[in-house]
Amino acid sequence: MNPNFQTPPAAIVYASGERPVFKPGDAIRIRERKPVGHYRVPTYLRGKKGVVERVIEPAAVDNEEEGFGRNAGSRRHYYRLALPMTEIWPDYVGSPNDGLHVEVFETWIERI
Amino acid sequence: MTELHSDHDHAHAPEDAGLGYYDIMETAVRELLISKGYFSADEIRRQLEVLDSRSPALGARVVAKAWTDPEFRRRLLADGRKACEEEFAISFYDDTQLIVLENTEKVHNLIVCTLCSCYPRPVLGLPPDWYKLKPYRARAVSNPRSVLAEFGTHLPEDVEVRVHDSTAMVRYLVLPRRPEGTESYTEDALATLVTRDTMIGVIPARLDGSQP
Repeated sequence: MNPNFQTPPAAIVYASGERPVFKPGDAIRIRERKPVGHYRVPTYLRGKKGVVERVIEPAAVDNEEEGFGRNAGSRRHYYRLALPMTEIWPDYVGSPNDGLHVEVFETWIERI
Repeated sequence: MTELHSDHDHAHAPEDAGLGYYDIMETAVRELLISKGYFSADEIRRQLEVLDSRSPALGARVVAKAWTDPEFRRRLLADGRKACEEEFAISFYDDTQLIVLENTEKVHNLIVCTLCSCYPRPVLGLPPDWYKLKPYRARAVSNPRSVLAEFGTHLPEDVEVRVHDSTAMVRYLVLPRRPEGTESYTEDALATLVTRDTMIGVIPARLDGSQP
C-alpha cells in the first residue's frame, strides 16, 4: 500500500503536490481542455469518467510542462485510471466489463 | 520520393533514395543538439547499443521465471521494474516504471500507445512496425476484440478485455497465461513459448508458440 496514505505526524507540513490528491476508488473525470500543442492525455479520453485504480509512485515532473521548458521542477502524481469502454464509445462492441486503463497526470483529473 | 532519371536505368540502392522530410529534420535537430553540447555523438551511438541489446528474449525469461517461481511472480506484479532489475539485472535506462499485467481465465490485457510508440523497450527491445501504425493504435482502444480476432485471438464474452494506453511514465508488459501441458517444462523450455506478441497481449502463449 502507498505509505503516503498513513496518517502523518501532526507537525509535518507537506509541500504542495507532494502527497497524492486522489486515492484508489475515487470517482473522477478526465478534464476537458484543448490546449495547443502535444499533450499526453489522448483527446478521445477528455471529459470521460472513470475511477482511480492506483497512485503511481514516485511523484514526477509534469512532462507536458517539461516538454515546453516550463516549470518542470514541480512534482505531482500520475494516477492509473480505469474507464469502462462503454463510457468512451457509446456504440462499443464487446462485453460491458471491457475497460480502458491509462495513466494521467494530476492536473488533468477532477473529482466527481 | 525518388525521381525517374532519364540518363540511367539501374535500380538505386536504398542509401541513394534521398532523405525524407523527417529524416532531414532529425539530422538537423541532432546536429544542433550535439553542437550546443547537450550530448555527444558517442552518447547517441552508445544509446543505440543499449536499445539493440534488448529483445523479446529478455521478456520471455522474465515470464518463464514468473510461471515457475511464485515468489518472483508476486514481486514482478508488485513492482515490475524492481523485479526485473533485481532478478535479471535488466536496467531501465529511460526513467519509466513497468507494470506487469497478468492474464487470467477471466481477464485479457492488451497494450497500445495511441499517442506514439511507448513500449516496454528495456525488456522487449524495439516495437514491431504494426504497433507504431495508426490502424492498430486507433482500433486497439476502440474495437479491441476485432483487433484481437484479426490476430487469431477470439475471446469469449465473459473474458474482460483491459486495454492499456501507455502515454506517459509507465510501460506495460503482459504476463500471458502458462499453456496447459507444460507442467514438466524447464524454465528455459517455457521461455521458448513466450513470443513478443504474447507479451503485447495480441495472442496467448501456446505450445507451438515458437512456430510461425
